[in-house]
Amino acid sequence: MFAAELLVAQNIGFAVIALLMIIGALRVVTTNNVVHAALWLVVVLSGAAAQYVLLAAEFVAVTQVLVYIGAVMVLFLFGTMLTRARIGAERDLNNPYWRLGIPVAGVLFAAMAIATVSSFGDEQLPADARVVSVAEISDQIFGPYLLPFWALSFVLLAAIIGAIVLARKD
Amino acid sequence: MISAVQLSAEVLAVEVPYWGQSLLRVLGGIVAVLLPAGTIVYVFLFKMMSFMQSRLGPMEAGPYGSLQLVAEVGKWLQKEDILPTRADARVFKMAPIVVLVSTFLLVAVVPFGPDAWFTNFEAGVFYALAVSSLSVLGILMAGWASANKYSLLGGLRAAGQLIAYELPMVLAVIGVIIQAETMNLQQIVLAQNTGSIFGFDGLGNPYVLTQFVGFIIFMIAVQAELTQAPFDMPIAESELVSGYMTEYSGFRFLIFFIGEFATAGVFALIASVLFLGGWGIPFAWFGWTDIDSVANWMNLVGPVIMITKMMLVAFIIMWVRFSYPRFREDQLQRFAWKVLIPLSLANIAATSIFKVVM
Repeated sequence: MFAAELLVAQNIGFAVIALLMIIGALRVVTTNNVVHAALWLVVVLSGAAAQYVLLAAEFVAVTQVLVYIGAVMVLFLFGTMLTRARIGAERDLNNPYWRLGIPVAGVLFAAMAIATVSSFGDEQLPADARVVSVAEISDQIFGPYLLPFWALSFVLLAAIIGAIVLARKD
Repeated sequence: MISAVQLSAEVLAVEVPYWGQSLLRVLGGIVAVLLPAGTIVYVFLFKMMSFMQSRLGPMEAGPYGSLQLVAEVGKWLQKEDILPTRADARVFKMAPIVVLVSTFLLVAVVPFGPDAWFTNFEAGVFYALAVSSLSVLGILMAGWASANKYSLLGGLRAAGQLIAYELPMVLAVIGVIIQAETMNLQQIVLAQNTGSIFGFDGLGNPYVLTQFVGFIIFMIAVQAELTQAPFDMPIAESELVSGYMTEYSGFRFLIFFIGEFATAGVFALIASVLFLGGWGIPFAWFGWTDIDSVANWMNLVGPVIMITKMMLVAFIIMWVRFSYPRFREDQLQRFAWKVLIPLSLANIAATSIFKVVM
């Protein structure tokens, strides 16, 4: 039966979390307060972390929490609270061209959906899918993917030095 | 005749169904957060601080004031729940819960015995460090939603401090990870208790000996993460009233208060797992070689050992808290970025070189 195959715990979990993420994402753009938008974004990002756990990608989930919630969102909130973070609704928060964003988002969604379906199609995860251990991930990063890892590190280093150069006035 | 050890092994080797195990682990987690919090508040905050200041501390409620905590909780629960008129009500109410939830999530990876764990998480240390950074969110929410300059300043100071001290904490732990070759806290406990120092295995290899620099950096970073003196700039009462907690009263303040001491307890637990050998005793004493050969009674003795070590580490945390004056904001930031982070990087380099050479 169709429904019985779909109604496994993982699928229900996925649906609930996905629904929360969609609500959160909509509230990010519709809310009238910068800090509220940032807090709704936290909901979306932690939903993504929960989805990674459902996919048995624990390491990615923890990285998501550490980088996006622990660092990026805290810096977002820190920055907005230092500069402009009034309590209550703000009127001039919406860009007058916000309607242009809707078709762009639609096209982006369609492109990603087509890409996912055409590259994976009916493929399924192996039934004995297991959690990839941290040691295996590190073997991959520091083995076959060492060069891209180094390239990324250099990009980050350049960004750090750039930030210092921009921030220093003397 | 069966010896006591054999008997307990047979008694404790009961098969518990999966739902029963899960329920036990959730209940155990709640106990593992609230029991240390209460103990730390009574033993250290009420009694030790009083003795250090040549006074008796609470003496009226119960013998030696041991029921003072119950009285305090009762007092907080009956107090009026005040919400500032211009505050952002929803965020204001959510903030203390976010802080407390991050503490409960933190304890989930701490092992208390060979089978007495809540989750046997592959990337345990990494998870603990990630989750501990969630409390910053709650503090920022509290500071902003209170609609109070002191609160906002306190929240911002707390965020700046927690970001600055999270780095040395992560870097200090990396030394332990390199030495243990795993991120799993259970495996780190095993690595310490099966290890040996220059062939002598009577003590195991608690990393406080071989990673002493890392231990010191970790403890300083913990002190700063807890926003306790000498790092209590975010709640500096002489200039910010009470920082991000200024507008909180009644049971919402109680949640912050529990969160503060529960986090102290959980960090002490994590420190004792990472550096003091966790629940284990040197396995050489009983001829154990790996996790499967550990006797079942360790599931009962393990938590006791953990609580003892936790009290020891918490004693150090509180001792420092009651002894040192507050750092100034610029001193505090300079100390993190210019002293602790270079030092922990040097520690990582030294540990890796030793690991490869030896």
